[in-house]
Amino acid sequence: MESYLLILVGTVFVNNIVLVKILGLCPFMGVSKKLEAAIGMGAATTFVLTLGSGSSYLISKYLLGPDLSYLTTISFIVVIAGIVQFTEMVVKKVSPVLYQVLGIYLPLITTNCAVLGIPLLNLQQNHNFIQSLLFGMGGAIGFSMVLILFAGIRERLEAADIPAPFRGSSIAMVTAGLMSMAFMGFSGLVK
Amino acid sequence: MLDAILVMSGLALFLGSVLGYASIRFHVQGNALVEKIDAILPQTQCAQCGFPGCRPYAEAIAEGRADINQCPPGGEANIHKLADLLGVEFKPLNAEHGEPKPKSLAFIDESTCIGCTLCIQACPVDAISGAPKQMHTIIASECTGCELCVAPCPVDCISMVPVAENISNWKWKRPSYLEQDAA
Repeated sequence: MESYLLILVGTVFVNNIVLVKILGLCPFMGVSKKLEAAIGMGAATTFVLTLGSGSSYLISKYLLGPDLSYLTTISFIVVIAGIVQFTEMVVKKVSPVLYQVLGIYLPLITTNCAVLGIPLLNLQQNHNFIQSLLFGMGGAIGFSMVLILFAGIRERLEAADIPAPFRGSSIAMVTAGLMSMAFMGFSGLVK
Repeated sequence: MLDAILVMSGLALFLGSVLGYASIRFHVQGNALVEKIDAILPQTQCAQCGFPGCRPYAEAIAEGRADINQCPPGGEANIHKLADLLGVEFKPLNAEHGEPKPKSLAFIDESTCIGCTLCIQACPVDAISGAPKQMHTIIASECTGCELCVAPCPVDCISMVPVAENISNWKWKRPSYLEQDAA
């Protein structure tokens, strides 16, 4: 039980997928201009990542096995693409506003390297099914948390008096770097 | 080798059937015709057609409740497009809904404006900025030239200024115009 909690805390804070592992930077930069969009993106990614890491585990364990392990990457991509399509349909049905806000970034979850990275890390670290699910969910929660924090900071930056050469993406990059340094403070909390 | 092919095709087949089911289960109701008609309409939201805006007019056309010749801002070019889309005969603009005018933008004479906000409430596209007892002004890039703000102004400080044709907004005329001009 304790190990499961450690996985969750570890992936959310210590090995944060964005700020420590530097994965999934495309939506991190792209969808962090507005707080609502960031929250929606975080929720959609959490759904896809949790489902994706669970089903990837099942596929690599029961469908592929050791003989067909060379199919790991391609089958993960196929499964993730399928789940993203499914999520897109559900979001379009449930919340047309969110669908409009997320726009192109919703199908782009497919190419979010965090979404492929976490199942591959699961495989590398020999997680079991529950651990895989938790690792996926923790990674996604960490991703959403950082995305929402970053969007909050960027909304304030809009109103701030930033020197001209730093305006726009450059100050966002600097901010991301500072956040990443802050998250280094968590290292050593969980091994 | 055969295993790999079987596994991948099985996976693809399974995902395909799940997605196929989901697309039926989560099908979004939407009238494609309304979307197409709405895309043709000029989106001035001027309500000269007798409907509250372009979208309701598009819905009315799609349901056959309205004719295609009730949109003065769109002019004859739009009626041609609608006639092509719906496969009906072209008809000239219905004069009781107004005459087509050159594209113009509202202009607020700022020295006369008393800051009553009535025009802000009338504007369908939020193209007027201002606050109570503060001077108002038109956001030219948002204004659709619908003239809805002209009537409510108690001091008549809003005028419609035609937009001069220049290199950045000049467009090819529809061939039908040229034929009519020649005739």
